[in-house]
This record gives sequence, C-alpha cells and structure tokens, in this order.
Amino acid sequence: MSRVLETKFNEIYFKNPVIPASGTFGFGREYEEFYPLENLGGLCSKGLTLEPKPGNKGMRLWETPAGLMNSIGLENPGIDAFVKNEWPHLKELDTVTIINVGGKDEVSYLNAIEKLNAIDVKLIELNISCPNVKAGGMAYGIKAAMAEDITKKVVKVSKHPIMVKLSPNGENIVDIAKACENAGAKGISLINTVQGMAIDYKKKIPVFDNIYAGLSGPAIKPIALRMTHQVCQEITIPVMAMGGISSWQDAVEFIMVGATCIQIGTINFNNPLAALEIIKGLEDYCTKERLSNLSEIRGII
Amino acid sequence: MAIILNNESVSVDVYKMTVDFTGDVLPGQFFMLRAWDKDPLLSRPISIHDYEPGKLTFLYQRVGKGTEILAQLKSQDEITLQGPYGNGFPKIETNLCVVGGGIGIAPLFYLVKDFKKKNPNKQCRVYLGFRENEYCTSDFKAIANDLIIDIGGIITNQLVVKHDEVVVTCGPEIMMEAVSKVVPKENQVFVSMEAHMACGVGACLGCTCETKSGNKKVCKDGPVFLRDEVFYV
Repeated sequence: MSRVLETKFNEIYFKNPVIPASGTFGFGREYEEFYPLENLGGLCSKGLTLEPKPGNKGMRLWETPAGLMNSIGLENPGIDAFVKNEWPHLKELDTVTIINVGGKDEVSYLNAIEKLNAIDVKLIELNISCPNVKAGGMAYGIKAAMAEDITKKVVKVSKHPIMVKLSPNGENIVDIAKACENAGAKGISLINTVQGMAIDYKKKIPVFDNIYAGLSGPAIKPIALRMTHQVCQEITIPVMAMGGISSWQDAVEFIMVGATCIQIGTINFNNPLAALEIIKGLEDYCTKERLSNLSEIRGII
Repeated sequence: MAIILNNESVSVDVYKMTVDFTGDVLPGQFFMLRAWDKDPLLSRPISIHDYEPGKLTFLYQRVGKGTEILAQLKSQDEITLQGPYGNGFPKIETNLCVVGGGIGIAPLFYLVKDFKKKNPNKQCRVYLGFRENEYCTSDFKAIANDLIIDIGGIITNQLVVKHDEVVVTCGPEIMMEAVSKVVPKENQVFVSMEAHMACGVGACLGCTCETKSGNKKVCKDGPVFLRDEVFYV
C-alpha cells in the first residue's frame, strides 16, 4: 500500500486518515460484509456507556435536504458487553479502533474510563456532546469550564490517550477546544451533530419524542469546516474533523484547514463503500498533485 | 447497478418496477434502492414483490422525494440495489392466510407465489384491504385459493381464520395490530414491520422496534416478527 496517506495523530500511527465516525458504523461487523476493515485508517465504535442503554423511543431518523436528523439516544450494550463480545474481534484488526465513551455524570464517565484501562486501546474519544439524551454529556460539552473539568478528571483516570469530541451547539468552540487541550486531551474531534428540530405538520406534533435531534450529513459541512478551521488555528493538539464529509474532495478541504484525520459518518449510510472510495480518491489526489505525503497540504489555509 | 426492465404505474401513486437481477432472495426480504447520488441522502428500503431469475420486481408507493425519482425512471435506466436484506418470512408448510393492507401487499405476492409453488396441495387464502383503489388483485387471484377484497372498510371485520392456518400480515401498523388481536392465540401470526431506515444493514440503530425481548432492528432482526414479539401488550 502506498505511504502517501500515512498519518500520525499525536503519537498514534494511522495508515490513512479516514475513519468511520461513531454511531455510523456499529462495531464494524456490518461493514465487514462490504470490505476488510483493515483498509481503513481506523474506526470509531458506537458510543458506549457504563451501563447498557436502550436508546430513545419513537421516531429515530428523519431525512432532510442533504442531511439526516437522528435521535438514537446512545443505544448501546454497555462497556462490559462490548469488552466481552466485540473487543476480542476488534483488537485483532490491523487498524486503529477508537472507543467512543459517553456518560450521564462524572461518576459514570470515570467508571467507564476506568473499565477501559483493562484493555489495550490506542485512543478513546470522549463524547461530551451527544445532543440526544438529557444526560448524554452535552452538558459538559457546551461550557468550556465544564469541558475542562471533566476532561481533566478523565485524563487523570485513563491510561489511554483521550480525544474529546466537541459539540457545535455550545459556547465558542475554540474556547472549549483550548480548555480540553489545557486539561490534557491528546486530540480533539469535531463536530458532533448540530441540534435541530422537525415537525410532522400533518399530525401537528414534533417528529421526535425528544423534540430536538441531531442533524448530520452534507448539510452541515460548511459549519464543520469553519469550526475545524477556527480550532486548528488555536490549538496544538491534532484535530480529527467530521461533519458532512462525503467525498475525497471534502476530505481534502478539511485537511487543508488543518485536520489531521477525518471521520466520515452519515455518508456510510448513503454508500457503504464511501470510506474506501474516499481513501482511493485521496491517494489519486496525492499522485496527481505529486505530494509525497498528504501532510504537505495540511493546514495550508 | 441493475438495469430497469419495466417501471409502470398500476394505480394512483403506486408503481411496479422490474429490474434485471439474479440472486438468492427470500419472500419478505427487501433491497435498498437508490437512483441518485447524494440527494436525497438515503437509499429507500423496498420489499421484494416478485422474483424469478433475471426479473426482480418491486411494488412501491410514491410518497416523497425518493419514490418520486424512482417513479420517473424508465426502462433501461440504471438503479443501485443493495441487498437482499432482512430475515424474510419463515418457511410455512401448513395452510396459509395472508392479510395485506395498501402498499403492505407488496411482499405478500411473492410469499403466496413461493408458498403455492412449494406447497401445491396446501390452501392459501388472501385478504386485501385498500383505502380507495385496488391494485394487483388480479395477480393474487391467479394464485390464491380464495381472495377477499375490501375497499374503504376495515379488513379485519371480515377476517375469519381457520384453525390450521398460519397468518402473515403486512400493512399499516394499526391494521397489523388489529389482525394480531383478532386471530386466536392458537394460530401463529407473523407481522412484517416498516420503519425509517438509514443503513439497512444494522449499523445505524435507526429502525429499532421495541419487542418483548428488547430492542430489535427491523432491517436485520426483521422485518418479519412473531405477533407476540411486537404486539404483546
């Protein structure tokens, strides 16, 4: 395999910078039927919490122009079941498995992180930005001081590097990113979904039981690109960017504004081969532009 | 990619599309269909209406942007198919009673056809309910032992199930729930659920259906479930 896409995210080696985003890829098994997961730079697990969660009731998906709203509500089997049933398979893969962790309060975050100390994880994505559960961590993700506080505590407990996943729905995202860097985060991922709303005008009710839900997909790309640009100017730890990336051209744009890796989410649903096509597109782009490594265009804007 | 052989309206806002496809498919399974790039964003889950090698047929209703695009496709156009997905209907070897409502009749035709082919000596009775216009009823008439059609009424009012029949139903949830209540406990009843789906392969957890044994994915654990699993209250 060509080395033009090799990427270091902090000290972690990725064979390429393309990583399916949390919540869009299960624990990988569903997409193994389409291609070997080893082709990916990495993959990010469905968001895990200390205890199993059944997720939200009612409608969970709503398509919008160039976008998708979801209100899954962190349905997941819990950390113990994950470690027992999914990790043995994932740990054998020659790709970086990132574990996404959510929580409802400080104790549940720290207990979840502590449990993960027992397995050999390369990177944990700390979800302080899920908009779909009342205690989904977003409370921590919308205020810089709270983000700093929880990150500091998590970093102290965890033996693994922590990357904090930020919400676009909070205070100034640059301030929150800086706060997480100060607290010892080894990376930042952004953006989680943009909080939105949908109405079923025929029934005269909100579509979602939670009233608000998270918007993802190409519709939010300009917002994500802007936030990635702003954050990359102001912090020194690497950024894993996401938000509507659906083609290799999109990926190039995010890398140009400073992203080290990119996560692809909603487009996996449109095209299960999207990740592979983006990797191939990036390789061809490097060849055409005569780049010895993609890093040559990183942060040029 | 598959080539469309035929795509025609069979009733108001209802279309039948046949594509060139050969593969292993089961009655009750579905495909994710897409004839666009990223707008709309998602593929559309459409169940198998009929199949023979080289001819895979879908019956679908035009309800939104995606099915509007599907409705405009012509013979020789290309369409992206992913699938087949889902568990499909179980193997049925007793007599069969089928209850369909509206566009929910779509997967039932291939079920009945396949059942009669494999069990020529068994009986298959079909109830079809429509709000305004009937469609595909002559297709059912040609293969079913008995066909009862209701237009504008409530199909379950006419439903009488025999003791030796397995019941399969697909249609509006309220109808399937009514079927589940009306049919005696002694009969097995299978329901085919519908849900908004993003991935179709079990990754997004968007099409979750609450069941007696916890959350199930309509796309992967279903779409066919036992009545007692879904309508258990």
